[in-house]
Amino acid sequence: MSIEKFIDQVEEEFEELEQGTLKPDSNFREYFEWNSVNALIIIALIDSEYDVTINAEDIQQAATVQDLYHKVMELKEAS
Amino acid sequence: MAVLTVPHTRVRGIAACVPRNEESNYDYELTSEKERKMFVKTTGIETRRVAEEGVTTADLCYQAAEQLIEELQWDKQEIDALVFISQSGDYILPATGILLQDRLGLPKTTMAYDVNLGCSGYIYGMAQLGSLISTGGIRKALMLVGDVSTATSSYRDKSTYLLFGDAGTATALEFDKDASEMTFNLQSDGSGYDTIIIPEGGLRKFVSEESFKYKDHGNGMVRNGIQVALNGEKVFHFSMREVAPNIRELVENRLGKALDDFDYYVLHQANMLMNNSIRRKLKLEKEKFPNSIQRYGNTSSASIPLTIVTQLHEQLQGDVKNIILSGFGVGLSWGSVNIHADNLVIPKLLEV
Repeated sequence: MSIEKFIDQVEEEFEELEQGTLKPDSNFREYFEWNSVNALIIIALIDSEYDVTINAEDIQQAATVQDLYHKVMELKEAS
Repeated sequence: MAVLTVPHTRVRGIAACVPRNEESNYDYELTSEKERKMFVKTTGIETRRVAEEGVTTADLCYQAAEQLIEELQWDKQEIDALVFISQSGDYILPATGILLQDRLGLPKTTMAYDVNLGCSGYIYGMAQLGSLISTGGIRKALMLVGDVSTATSSYRDKSTYLLFGDAGTATALEFDKDASEMTFNLQSDGSGYDTIIIPEGGLRKFVSEESFKYKDHGNGMVRNGIQVALNGEKVFHFSMREVAPNIRELVENRLGKALDDFDYYVLHQANMLMNNSIRRKLKLEKEKFPNSIQRYGNTSSASIPLTIVTQLHEQLQGDVKNIILSGFGVGLSWGSVNIHADNLVIPKLLEV
């Protein structure tokens, strides 16, 4: 499980994101309209691909794609 | 652990009633077209039924009950119990179920009461009423379940207004010593009480002039104190975390079966993305998960019976079907049940 794979998955989930747009240090909120519906999509994506349930605060606290990825890995190790 | 097995109780029939008045989420004026499309794509909710002012949950349940009693050809004198499960009763007191006993023309020998639960109410209600019936003292009983949630949601709150639809339902239960057992797994977590809440109007925050003042909570959420507030991300996280394990515990540990052994899983209809994610966690195919959310929205405690009436009407005729029902949400409260659907009487959806 690499961060590149994670970025691919996020880009696939959001139509407005072209493949290759996001970088590990991108602030993902700048790339697509950020609202609660999109937060739910991220939670569902992470749940189905990584089998961990991230909460809304974790997403709010993550500044970059990398932060989010690290949180997922942390939850995965703890589970 | 609240895992219980209820013998000698058969579900005989299920009826549902919705208001004729339909609203489309594509017509909502307070968000952009793009945002509306995204909302529909994610939640699945395209249209919802909205009760006219003055129409209550009891009115919708009354219609469903009359239809079901007639279809079953039940003698009203033989109905021993009525329970009304809702969070939108006619009055703060008395309990609405008692008014319905009289309105339906049931005898004074009928016991009637209310249960104050939302999304999990159908499961909890069935556990309670089924337990009473299994003693043999109650032979025929009605469970009237639903909510008119639109009366307490603010048009200017996009986090709630687009979600809720109104519906009232009736389920008939009967004592039958040969009935297959119903097995329940019921749970609660009151630490999440404010995840979905109408904060004012109860004793904790008694209704005052302040209660009627609209406040801007940011992000397209303008509402007053007697309207519902919902934290979508928290509800979502809760459902993703708790529902699949609750069902697994029931199926694998209590019933000793495999998830794949059941014909249908009827889940509370809150959000399509959520239900798809729960289904994926259980690794089951789409065909086993009927949905009514597209056309009727989140109808609170009515969503499970409404889905059965609108989506499984034909499928539940003929051979016995082994099904799982699961409700989850406000409280926080959740639970699931395994029932055997044996030639259920399911009249056509009523619209008033």
